[in-house]
Amino acid sequence: MTDVPLLDLSGLTKAYPGVVANDNVSLQIAPGEVHALLGENGAGKSTLVKMIYGLVKPDAGKMQMFAAPFAPAEPRAARAAGVGMVFQHFSLFDALTVAENIALGMENAPKLNALSQQIRDVSDTYGLPLSPDRVVGDLSAGERQRVEIIRCLLQDPKLLIMDEPTSVLTPQEVEILFKTLRKLSAEGTAILYISHKLEEIRSLCDSATILRLGKVVGHCIPRDTSARDMAEMMVGKMLQTPTRAGKEPGEVVLSLNKLSAKSPNAFGMPLREISVDVRAGEVLGIGGVAGNGQDELLAALSGEMLSAPGMVAFRGVDVGKLGPTPRRALGILSAPEERLGHAAAPDMSLTENAMLTAAVREKLESRGLLNWARAGRFAEKIIETFDVRTPGPSNAARSLSGGNLQKFVIGREVLQRPDLLVVNQPTWGVDASAAAAIRQALLDLAEGGTALVVISQDLDELMEISDRFAALNEGRLSQPRPAGGLSVEEIGLMMGGAHGMEVAHV
Amino acid sequence: MDLSAINPILFVAGFLVAATPLIFAAIGELVVEKSGTLNLGVEGMMITGAICGFATAVETGSPLLGFAAAAVGGALLSLLFAFLTQITLANQVASGLALTLFGLGLSALLGQSYVGIKPPRLNDINFGPLSDIPVIGPILFTHDIILYLGIALVAATWAVLKFTRAGLILRAVGESHDAAHALGYKVVRIRTLAIMFGGACAGIGGAYISLIRVPQWTEGMTAGVGWIALALVVFASWKPWRLLLGAYLFGGITQLQLNLQGAGVAIPVEYLAMSPYVITIIVLVILSRDKSAAPACLGRTFHASS
Amino acid sequence: MIRLEKRPQPSRLFSLATPLLAVLATMFFGGLLFAALGKEPLTSIQTIFWEPLFGEFSFFYRPQLLIKGAPLILIAIGLSLGFKAGIWNIGAEGQYIMGALFGAGVGLAFYPLEGFYIFPLMVLAGAFGGWIWAMIPALLKVKFGTNEILVSLMLVYVAEQFLASMSLGLLKNPEGFGFPGSRNLQQYESAFNGDLIAGSGMHWGVVCAMIAVIFAYVLLTRHRLGFAIRVTGEAPRAARFSGVNPTRLVVFCLGISGLLAGLAGMFEVSGPAGQVTIDFNVGYGFTAIIVAFLGRLHPIGILLAGLLMALTYIGGDIAQSQLGLPAAAIQVFQGMLLFFLLALDMFTNYRLRFGRTEVA
Repeated sequence: MTDVPLLDLSGLTKAYPGVVANDNVSLQIAPGEVHALLGENGAGKSTLVKMIYGLVKPDAGKMQMFAAPFAPAEPRAARAAGVGMVFQHFSLFDALTVAENIALGMENAPKLNALSQQIRDVSDTYGLPLSPDRVVGDLSAGERQRVEIIRCLLQDPKLLIMDEPTSVLTPQEVEILFKTLRKLSAEGTAILYISHKLEEIRSLCDSATILRLGKVVGHCIPRDTSARDMAEMMVGKMLQTPTRAGKEPGEVVLSLNKLSAKSPNAFGMPLREISVDVRAGEVLGIGGVAGNGQDELLAALSGEMLSAPGMVAFRGVDVGKLGPTPRRALGILSAPEERLGHAAAPDMSLTENAMLTAAVREKLESRGLLNWARAGRFAEKIIETFDVRTPGPSNAARSLSGGNLQKFVIGREVLQRPDLLVVNQPTWGVDASAAAAIRQALLDLAEGGTALVVISQDLDELMEISDRFAALNEGRLSQPRPAGGLSVEEIGLMMGGAHGMEVAHV
Repeated sequence: MDLSAINPILFVAGFLVAATPLIFAAIGELVVEKSGTLNLGVEGMMITGAICGFATAVETGSPLLGFAAAAVGGALLSLLFAFLTQITLANQVASGLALTLFGLGLSALLGQSYVGIKPPRLNDINFGPLSDIPVIGPILFTHDIILYLGIALVAATWAVLKFTRAGLILRAVGESHDAAHALGYKVVRIRTLAIMFGGACAGIGGAYISLIRVPQWTEGMTAGVGWIALALVVFASWKPWRLLLGAYLFGGITQLQLNLQGAGVAIPVEYLAMSPYVITIIVLVILSRDKSAAPACLGRTFHASS
Repeated sequence: MIRLEKRPQPSRLFSLATPLLAVLATMFFGGLLFAALGKEPLTSIQTIFWEPLFGEFSFFYRPQLLIKGAPLILIAIGLSLGFKAGIWNIGAEGQYIMGALFGAGVGLAFYPLEGFYIFPLMVLAGAFGGWIWAMIPALLKVKFGTNEILVSLMLVYVAEQFLASMSLGLLKNPEGFGFPGSRNLQQYESAFNGDLIAGSGMHWGVVCAMIAVIFAYVLLTRHRLGFAIRVTGEAPRAARFSGVNPTRLVVFCLGISGLLAGLAGMFEVSGPAGQVTIDFNVGYGFTAIIVAFLGRLHPIGILLAGLLMALTYIGGDIAQSQLGLPAAAIQVFQGMLLFFLLALDMFTNYRLRFGRTEVA
């Protein structure tokens, strides 16, 4: 490491109404260093990098780059100063081509032809195959990430910020990405690597800064620190892992027979011949990289998407032609990934959101007339049982934090005593204690004889709660296998290996 | 009925004229929609342009100044829409309707003292011997400059959208305002400029009706052309050249039904007069299955939250 | 710098205060407009808002308030249901015309027969006429995904031409000395929609508007369908997830708004207007859009907004005859009201923050 740090942050503070996102945060990054920024959701990692990237201005504190003041007013200025950023949610344009997307992220983009050649060169050099003429909407999540990375690399960044880059990758793709990052680091590019996955950080990063509730709670050398110690710093207390007693699964509740369906979205993924049985009391975990048919599978089970006869059977009865309401009446409940706008209506009160899915099973309506008093009581019950932090059921859904709303949404379905519950990303963006509570609730439900389908991109979560594991890849579901004893390698192969990256070599 | 009263050469020359207001209004709206904003106020901006242009032309005696004033008038009115939808984040459908209702009232108010007046004539461009070529000459080379400008505008819009960085940024903002914002593009500013461009174009289109096609001022004289222009953008799948084709199709139908009325066809006048609207509906039905070309953010409100 | 910050939840205070603020702002800027036209602003405002209610001839104008308000409220109630769900019927004017033509057509078909059953049949025909006209955009949207805004609006122009054709042709008064327009229904007792209490302005259309307000209120607050409408407007995906069938909702919302607009047209043509003429419609179908928004798409709000808008119509007429204020000025005035409402509506969901700005 050299004496003058590439980037020196000292005393950065940023407050939003009601919350201090960053409180006196300081850290230093040397050229070529791979620096991890570690913390739970809501710890303030995103706010910090947004300040470095010029998207947010700090309230106090200063930033220096090579000992010179650095205060980017906008992303453009940050890019000009040599900061590149790969977002967790890609800022890409589906209808435009790879080359057009990359041109939009550059200050002085060359002509498209010349740019396409540069893209090919960089993708060869770093082993990231990508065709410049393809429309981004048709790319897989891993390929989309490559677009972002190449966009940054074309500008010769001194510092590359990566926000949770591996959440959309298979284990094999992660290895390839790490090779690319190590090569970059060897060439002198510093990398600020944001993650909450400890093993990843231990294998990749030179140093780490740990954030909790907006404050720096420690620095460490990840290679010399155990994952357990880092976890304790990150969370602040030891967490209980969910427990469950092994139990013999009961009769078949859900039976999918070559379920195929077109996606309702233009850039969605069709489902292709999915066959699987789920039994009472069993948890089927479904992994896979985002965009491989997760949303579509949930829609096909919840009844938002109808399917041809004979494909979806519930206790032996064909339900493919039934909409969400009759399916709920039968006992098929679900909780989609997107909390605001899909699982809940943002501007409506929690009482109204309780009415949204519980009208039939909780007898909140009779002959079309709605019983708001009952709905209010049901909402209160959810709030109480699941420890949802809110002043009361008359508050709008959007006023809740992500974790609290997620507890409400999951709780709403769990309390309706489902026979089959389908959830997509049950703990996405939720802090660790809430996530543990949600997982425990799901396991308790299975204990009581409910069949569960848990779709998630968090492999650790799936390994923790699943009886059997299967992976979605390009709309196909792999053969389910008992979750106990599966290796990361095997899981990766089930998820589709490296998505056409086998040819890649560094 | 005497169909021979319809002179095919005059008919074709006539429908080029009939299509021009549509071309202006629709190409403006195409740019607005490409930026991700749906402005339903085209009718209101057209009629405002029609009276601004008419009044200015009458007062100054210069039709070209009239067109300039129409562009300014349309753009100013569209600024109201931009304020509502970009600054106060109002619903775009409601704001567009408000613009149309307001524009119709405003133009009626402004136009009170101009009813029954003849505006100064805008002379056709002198193409010399070209206009003497049989058939082609009278069809192509006997028009005013604004008509040619309309065609040039379509070509320019196509080229800018396809080949320039400005066009790429405009399309990007319409595809995903969040992504564009994350890259540091000024979504609100870009959309406001697009909306003003749309307003100016609609204004010129309106003035073309009041100064050249009719030419006089009556209340509500745009009679739904603005709405047909909106339909035309859908018809064209947001592609400039298809838009030109569509405008000529509608111009042809309008001109044909007028000629048929003149020729005394046995169909009642009212049914001929409703035909452009009915045909618009039919075309919408045929083409609305393909929505994939629509900008992904069309009609959605953008609020930068960091 | 000023910037907007989203409120954690919609402000109740502002959702009530916005319409009032919008009216005040419109009065102020309307006054400036009238001053620019060379009229005394205060007198103009007073003439529009005060004269019809408390002026010398208020005994004549007050009933007019009901007569002009009823069609606006009736149509706006129907529109508001669709608007709430994001289904935009803006062709109410056409549905209004078709309702009037169907209603009047049935009535005239019985002429000169008298019978108690004639008026109820006309009501049914009027409702059917508006409904069927709204079913065109509804079915095209459901079957082909056609934009209902454009189709319903195009159908206004078609209906206007149809109206012209009817009043010059089929429905023309055979004893009318060649003048365009139908027989006057006011002189045909079985078909006449007169005052239920003489001189009150209270005709069947007013009764119907009251029923519509109550019906919409119960529907939106107590019924599954009303809840489905609200959820669909707030979050379409959440609505689908909860089991709302969007197809049925489109057909219902467009159908009910067409039906109510048709009824409004029928009550108007058989009562206050009296006969089918080329221009018996005075734009209620478009003004009702303003009424629906001004009433915040809430039934009670629409009731008040409809009466307010009727007031500006009547007051505008008085101002026209007494002060020579042009009719178009009133139209601008109404347009302004909608503008201010939409602009101020921002405060329901956002609050202003003064201070340093983020990168916008």
